[in-house]
Amino acid sequence: MEAVVFVFSLLDCCALIFLSVYFIITLSDLECDYINARSCCSKLNKWVIPELIGHTIVTVLMLVSLHWFIFLLNLPVATWNIYRFIMVPSGNMGVFDPTEIHNRGQLKSHMKEAMIKLGFHLLCFFMYLYSMILALIND
Amino acid sequence: LSWKAASPSPTPLACVPSLAVSLSNNQMQVPSGYGVHPQNYIAPSGHYPQGPGKMTSLPLDSQCGDYYSGLYTVPTQNVVTPNTANQQPGAQHMYGRGPSAPHIVGSTPGSFQGATSPTLHLHTSAAQRYSHFVNHYSSPAMYSANSSVASQGFPSTCAHYAMSTVSTAAYPSVSYPSLPAGDPYGQQMFTSQNAPTVRPLRENSFSDHSTAISHPSPLPPPPSHQYHQPQSLSGCSTLSWSASGLPSTQHNIVRNHTGSLATANSNSTNTVTDSLSCPVMQNVQPLKSSPVVSTVLSGASSTRTPPAANRPVEPVASVTQPSELLQQKGMQYGDYVNNQASSAPTPLSSTSDDEEEEEEDEEAGVDSSSTTSSASPMPNSYDALEGGSYPDMLSSSASSPAPDPAPEPDPAPAPAPASSAPQPSKMTKPFGYGYPTLQPGYQNATAPPNSGVPPSSPGYSGFQPYAQQYPGMNQLSSGLGGLSLQSSPQPESLRPINLTQERNILPVTPVWAPVPNLNLDLKKLNCSPDSFRCTLTNIPQTQALLNKAKLPLGLLLHPFRDLTQLPVITSNTIVRCRSCRTYINPFVSFIDQRRWKCNLCYRVNDVPEEFMYNPLTRSYGEPHKRPEVQNSTVEFIASSDYMLRPPQPAVYLFVLDVSHNAVEAGYLTILCQSLLENLDKLPGDSRTRIGFMTFDSTIHFYNLQEGLSQPQMLIVSDIDDVFLPTPDSLLVNLYESKELIKDLLNALPNMFTNTRETHSALGPALQAAFKLMSPTGGRVSVFQTQLPSLGAGLLQSREDPNQRSSTKVVQHLGPATDFYKKLALDCSGQQTAVDLFLLSSQYSDLASLACMSKYSAGCIYYYPSFHYTHNPSQAEKLQKDLKRYLTRKIGFEAVMRIRCTKGLSMHTFHGNFFVRSTDLLSLANINPDAGFAVQLSIEENLTDTSLVCFQTALLYTSSKGSYVSAVDRSVSSSLSDARDALVNAVVDSLSAYGSMVSNLQHSALIAPSSLKLFPLYVLALLKQKAFRTGTSTRLDDRVYAMCQIKCQPLVHLMKMIHPNLYRIDRLTDEGAIHVNDKVVPQPPLQKLSAEKLTREGAFLMDCGSVFYIWIGKSCDNHFIEDVLGYPNFASIPQKMTHLPELDTLSSERARSFITWLRDNRPLSPILHVVKDESPAKTEFFQHLIEDRTEAAFSYYEFLLHIQHQICK
Repeated sequence: MEAVVFVFSLLDCCALIFLSVYFIITLSDLECDYINARSCCSKLNKWVIPELIGHTIVTVLMLVSLHWFIFLLNLPVATWNIYRFIMVPSGNMGVFDPTEIHNRGQLKSHMKEAMIKLGFHLLCFFMYLYSMILALIND
Repeated sequence: LSWKAASPSPTPLACVPSLAVSLSNNQMQVPSGYGVHPQNYIAPSGHYPQGPGKMTSLPLDSQCGDYYSGLYTVPTQNVVTPNTANQQPGAQHMYGRGPSAPHIVGSTPGSFQGATSPTLHLHTSAAQRYSHFVNHYSSPAMYSANSSVASQGFPSTCAHYAMSTVSTAAYPSVSYPSLPAGDPYGQQMFTSQNAPTVRPLRENSFSDHSTAISHPSPLPPPPSHQYHQPQSLSGCSTLSWSASGLPSTQHNIVRNHTGSLATANSNSTNTVTDSLSCPVMQNVQPLKSSPVVSTVLSGASSTRTPPAANRPVEPVASVTQPSELLQQKGMQYGDYVNNQASSAPTPLSSTSDDEEEEEEDEEAGVDSSSTTSSASPMPNSYDALEGGSYPDMLSSSASSPAPDPAPEPDPAPAPAPASSAPQPSKMTKPFGYGYPTLQPGYQNATAPPNSGVPPSSPGYSGFQPYAQQYPGMNQLSSGLGGLSLQSSPQPESLRPINLTQERNILPVTPVWAPVPNLNLDLKKLNCSPDSFRCTLTNIPQTQALLNKAKLPLGLLLHPFRDLTQLPVITSNTIVRCRSCRTYINPFVSFIDQRRWKCNLCYRVNDVPEEFMYNPLTRSYGEPHKRPEVQNSTVEFIASSDYMLRPPQPAVYLFVLDVSHNAVEAGYLTILCQSLLENLDKLPGDSRTRIGFMTFDSTIHFYNLQEGLSQPQMLIVSDIDDVFLPTPDSLLVNLYESKELIKDLLNALPNMFTNTRETHSALGPALQAAFKLMSPTGGRVSVFQTQLPSLGAGLLQSREDPNQRSSTKVVQHLGPATDFYKKLALDCSGQQTAVDLFLLSSQYSDLASLACMSKYSAGCIYYYPSFHYTHNPSQAEKLQKDLKRYLTRKIGFEAVMRIRCTKGLSMHTFHGNFFVRSTDLLSLANINPDAGFAVQLSIEENLTDTSLVCFQTALLYTSSKGSYVSAVDRSVSSSLSDARDALVNAVVDSLSAYGSMVSNLQHSALIAPSSLKLFPLYVLALLKQKAFRTGTSTRLDDRVYAMCQIKCQPLVHLMKMIHPNLYRIDRLTDEGAIHVNDKVVPQPPLQKLSAEKLTREGAFLMDCGSVFYIWIGKSCDNHFIEDVLGYPNFASIPQKMTHLPELDTLSSERARSFITWLRDNRPLSPILHVVKDESPAKTEFFQHLIEDRTEAAFSYYEFLLHIQHQICK
């Protein structure tokens, strides 16, 4: 059972890592002027909810399976994801708003956020890997 | 900050009309460019074979010929006024003389004269191009363009210019000489090229040193000029050693070069030296020279005199003034030297002094990177035309950058010695360096460079050898100069001012835009602060310094202004930097004849062959004298490379609310009336299309297809899934269906008089409009009178009337839905702009509706409580605004790119547009009333540069023009809803200043005088509708005010925030100015305080969009009778919006003053005559921002508050 939880987490984490990389690539495309803000934001907004769900699931899973440390580690990031999603002003087109993204250094902060998430997911990835192997051995 | 406007010319023929139209709007000069443009294309293909002579027969050709002849004839004959009576003769002159000219070596000349065959071809084409070029500047071109416009039957939108020109419409050959219109440019052109004076001057200076002068200079060389060149040279050389401490050999080298060059060409010497000693320096110099020339020419009398004056003045004052002037240069030089030597950072670089902000106007280079088909002929033509003086050219060409410096210096020192001095000191201050503390550092930094510089000062300049030989002297003088700087002539802007004790802080005259702290030469090159302005006059070197100053760093742009003099460049190639795509501009440096260095990314680029030829001077190898390098604001006519698609026709769609509410308000009558009147004046060409839609709970389309006997109304009631009933016939050609359109406009106001429909399906109507417009793009004008209540995009009322005056957080300032934003972005993607006219009496959620205009680069007009009978002043305003709106020039498919020096980056944008990528703003439409602002941050330290440049390029179709608007005290552009942020801005900046000024007592509130108005403006802003609290403010009013702040050009914005108050019952002719033969009195500005109002007086308040005339209770009856036309105070009616035209002196003065104020702004303001005691006076009094109101501080209290905050 334990192993199954971590296998799932591992896969989910892989997906989140890819998503982070995708965010970074798309944002840097925007930074370099390869795509315009409109298409960039519509691309990214599509993936905001999947990312949120994916991460929330892992977090909840950890809570359910009583892995407190990993849960607490995930909690801030998950909270941040939800908070960010909820706090989008009513007139904006999502977390990434094409009319705002070039203002007030938003692009940079989005970029920073994606980088941090990438690092975090990588960390999680190895943690899950380790836990999974441990669980498999114990079985 | 230069703008480049490129109007893509798709197919030669098609583009012409559109261009011409736009031209008429912009300027005289512009049109010429356009008109000419087609010729370039056409000529090579068809007419050329026939030879130049034939060209004249065709109208277009004739233009060409005229231009051509004008250019050529003038220079050769030294005739100031270009008489192009005979085109062919002119051209022939060219040819004939060309060979004889000293320049022409002989290789190619043969081809010239042998008018046959291909070579000839080439020549002619080339000649034409250039001529066109020139023509842009010269007035004649204008005429031709206009004429073409007239002939084509286009409406001439721009009244003044177009009218006159059109009347003369006959083809260019008619009346060149007499044209006054050519004005500055034209004159410049002539002078520069032809005018004996300019040339001679330069040459003269050189002549002393150098034996051979290539150019014939009729005039005796004025001695004064000589100084300048030597100065620069000496400065460089001395600098190099003093600063860098390089071995003396360098000097020798430098000298040698100079000497050799001097013999060859005086101009060249400077450049060579520069390039050798410090390549960077050139940046500065080339810039200088070009502007000088132009200025001299245009203001013939003014500039000319200074040089003469220089002489006497300079020697005497050489110690102080010259040194100061040079200081900046010196600093720059120092930097450069350091760089080269790769020595440790010198004091110069480290201090904040170096920071200069430079606003550059870009000019697009015609030639370089992108060459089209005709490019190949060009070089040939050059050679031939030039007379193949290639070798000469080379020698001189290298010097090309140099010559500029030489001429410039002269004018610069003379006119503005005083001003120059303040600059260096200024630079430091704004950034929070205390004056006293700075000084030592300052001296250290500047002194060494100065030493080099002083020699350059006039006295020395004459004698290069001396300067070089006696560096010690120079240094001494420079040191003195530095000292003097500190003490006396000090920069006015830095003078500390105790705000709490200064009672009359507002200057009597209108506040002028601050000018960047550049040395004079650069200043001249810089584009007008009205178009392009930086919030700071000096740029801090590091972000840390910027943070310390607490002032926002930003740019204010007002592109596409209605400009009267804008060089238009028609060419197949536009010279741009290869790496950053910057257009060539006056601030680039020419490293040698063949290469130029980009001033933004510092990449060295090749000068394209085509660019070597200067059509103005008709000489080869002087790329620095091309108009692109001489003018900071230039308009290019771009080749098809710049086009996304063939230019779209002008398409106008009107979406009108016809619900019960709208019919009640009665705006339809006014709109239809205005449209009928201005139908012919809509900017556009023969392809102009127009369409109408109305909506209530359903959407009505109007089929206006040509051939119908009357307009057909098509009703679509399915608002959930809107479709276009007949996509082809809803947008119709304005000229083919004019009768139908007129029928419709006549019928519309009465069609819905009995409607009972109260719903408004704005969203679906907009979707339909988008569908209709998406194939072409264009402009959608939406008239809305209530909250949209049906279909997509419906809105709820969010305003709670009880909260209007609350001092708490103001809610609902943001949009309620993203529907309008999405729609706007869709529209923007299809090059469609949505303009919103909101005429509502109740809350309509402007915050949400405004999105449709904000992101599609539209504009927003708001008429609160509009009713055609109950509120006649609003109705009148709508009428006037509509007139302006319908007839002003417009650019389609515009894209604006802002480039800045490496190390700076833009982080926030304000205005109506969509930011497509980091520096690219997409503007579906651009209109002359739009202003933009950009905030910058400093990402890399700018320690190794002394100039910061910004270039703005605006690309648009068929209407063109680009300019920049300004930022003033940056506050106005940075909108944060938190009022506290504003107060804190004052507190921070003042406290930052205070902490630097150590020796002043802290009890007083001290500000440098350049910032003395800052608190006042902030207070005004706080009391403005957008930010005020405690006063009842409608949400829509508030939001509208915010929109205005964001998108208005600063000039108009400032009046809105801080109105001007004049006393008008005692107008005199003292200080009056003359405008169009009318005497316009200039009464002094009054403080915005009730203390200035007296019962005996009458006052005019200029609030930008509204004028108030306040009549005191015991105002002189003579005034009331003479100006207002009523016998006494009691008989003045409550609502009075016009001044009667009375035949009295005081009435005339008052009216001419008001008219003058009105003429300066795009939207005609309404006039309210407010009697003391009338209920309307509260509106007047709320603008007296220095007074206390129930909820806000008076100015003095505000200052005390700030002081308190600082002391905390």
